[in-house]
Amino acid sequence: MPISDCDKMVDIATTLPGLKLKNPTILAAGILGETGASLENVAKAGAGAVVTKSIGIEPREGHGNPTFVETEHGIINAMGLPNPGIDNYKDEVESIIGTNIPVIGSIFGADAQEFEILAVEMEKFGVSALELNLSCPHAKGYGAILGHDKEKVLEITKVVKGAVKVPVYVKLSPNVSNIAEIACAVEDAEGDGIVAINTISAMAIDIDMALPILSNAIGGLSGPGIKPIGLRCIYEIKAETELPVIGVGGILSGNDAIEYIMAGASAVQIGSGVYYKGIGIFSKVCQQIQEFMDAHSYKTIKEMVGIAQKG
Amino acid sequence: MPKKDNLELPRIVKILDIVEENPDVKTIFFEDDFEAYPGQFVMVWIPSVDEVPMSVSYLGEKKGITVKNVGKATSSLCKLKPGDKIGIRGPHGTFFEATGDSLLVVAGGIGIAPLAPLMENAHNIGKQITLAFGAKSKSELLFINRLKGCSRELNISTDDGSLGFHGFVSDLVEDILKKQSFDEILCCGPEIMIKKIADLAKLNGIPLQASLERYMKCGVGICDSCAIDGFHVCIDGPVFSGKILSELADFGRFRRDACGRRVEL
Ligand SMILES: Cc1cc2nc3c(=O)[nH]c(=O)nc-3n(C[C@H](O)[C@H](O)[C@H](O)COP(=O)(O)OP(=O)(O)OC[C@H]3O[C@@H](n4cnc5c(N)ncnc54)[C@H](O)[C@@H]3O)c2cc1C
Ligand SMILES: Cc1cc2nc3c(=O)[nH]c(=O)nc-3n(C[C@H](O)[C@H](O)[C@H](O)COP(=O)(O)O)c2cc1C
Repeated sequence: MPISDCDKMVDIATTLPGLKLKNPTILAAGILGETGASLENVAKAGAGAVVTKSIGIEPREGHGNPTFVETEHGIINAMGLPNPGIDNYKDEVESIIGTNIPVIGSIFGADAQEFEILAVEMEKFGVSALELNLSCPHAKGYGAILGHDKEKVLEITKVVKGAVKVPVYVKLSPNVSNIAEIACAVEDAEGDGIVAINTISAMAIDIDMALPILSNAIGGLSGPGIKPIGLRCIYEIKAETELPVIGVGGILSGNDAIEYIMAGASAVQIGSGVYYKGIGIFSKVCQQIQEFMDAHSYKTIKEMVGIAQKG
Repeated sequence: MPKKDNLELPRIVKILDIVEENPDVKTIFFEDDFEAYPGQFVMVWIPSVDEVPMSVSYLGEKKGITVKNVGKATSSLCKLKPGDKIGIRGPHGTFFEATGDSLLVVAGGIGIAPLAPLMENAHNIGKQITLAFGAKSKSELLFINRLKGCSRELNISTDDGSLGFHGFVSDLVEDILKKQSFDEILCCGPEIMIKKIADLAKLNGIPLQASLERYMKCGVGICDSCAIDGFHVCIDGPVFSGKILSELADFGRFRRDACGRRVEL
């Protein structure tokens, strides 16, 4: 069959507040993001944007090993938010800022004041947007413990919004009974967008040792097994808010990404996919998205965003 | 890195025997049916203590790791007894490949662990091996009988002069290279030593393979803990070619601590 002119017009670029992406694939927080050179590699491999490792005020070792274990349908990590601290991170992030793709700075703090300090610093480094980690399920006093409380989400988002000019995205945890309610708190605080989902609280037990494998016992599940949950979360958030959403959780292929887009995501993040498919996953997913759009006569990503929403 | 067939989770193995190699080093033998190449490592789970990378020092049916007691995890390993259980994840990473006929193997201390099986394999297929093995002192050497059996020439250096050449192994290697040439150099030990050997290899136009250490966590190339200038020691290494090493700005200068901070070696 001859390729028609329309097919050539498929455009996989996408826009979100403050972010113009050449394609909808973004590196998820905490995968290959501790060092600047690794982020550069992901940029070169074709990602539309990269998110940094979640960075806190002080250097932090994270949990002891084992911090990683694979299960049948995904991986469980309990890294425990290791990071060099905001001051040391400057050198990492500066090497990639101003190169060809947007850099999104992920930060985590114990309270609104810490988030504010971190947000201001990250903005000074030159990031295009911020991602507030209110969702890590395995670091005591941080992440999900705040993100489960809609008042805290409202307060932290408001404080950060008041302190910076760059758009502020809030990354949500699926480990709540009503994720849309938390998303509404972000909207009320005039956050610019939602990232969902972080990992799902999980564990693996070694029956020979009769012990949890991870040193922290509990970690976060990611990878193929969580895609249906991520999709449901995006769908619920989109039904309740107008905020743009970045979908993440178990994306390994272009079709997975399109499911997220149809549920309401304007872009997607890929984390565990780097483990399953290697760093080539970004260009591969883009190619598959393009092929799907070609075959189904979609010309823009926007046309597909949320079209699976009913009512 | 394309995903492997088996899941990345510890296989529980029983310790068969333990050999004390010197006052600080023990070899732990266990039965496990993985296939590993010289230079590859496994993540060793010591339940309730830690999970740490260890080179596979015996590759046959009976596998072995050779552990130097330097801290909490390694001292727990050194306290284990036959019959105790540990978890093994892997093998992981790149490996040494003896492609030339005449090899110069350079080891510093416990760096001999991944090189001993390489020497045995290479010797069995008729390669000519010269070994330069350095340690702080005579009492820190290990595997000497094993190494005698597979090297044409065994040169020892000790920093304190208690045996062999008095000085650093890199100075010994400099002397050796004045007299002889080799098809390639294979090296493992403290990074400062590797850096010196890499410089000598370059100067003499001899290809190099060397094994690096970095702080490892996931062991599968995603957490970025063992990153060095965009490479990951767990999947792109631990064995790197001299060519790649010469492109790494941090090589011989900086490592990352458990927080990901860049710190001097
Ligand atoms: C690929 C590779 C192969 C290795 N092979 C051997 C071997 O065959 N025999 C051997 O004795 N040692 C080997 N090591 C080193 C060994 O992993 C460390 O000595 C061990 O992890 C120290 O743990 P510890 O708790 O006893 O010491 P600590 O007191 O915790 O630390 C001592 C030193 O070990 C480093 N270290 C601690 N945890 C880790 C970790 N998870 N990953 C890497 N480094 C760590 C620390 O940064 C520090 O420099 C290897 C390391 C790597 C990366
Ligand atoms: C090893 C690892 C480290 C992670 N670290 C972070 C982190 O620092 N901050 C964060 O917001 N999310 C972190 N995550 C969660 C991912 O960003 C992502 O939300 C989750 O893994 C689901 O996507 P995936 O299935 O594509 O991996 C981490 C995930 C993994 C596997």
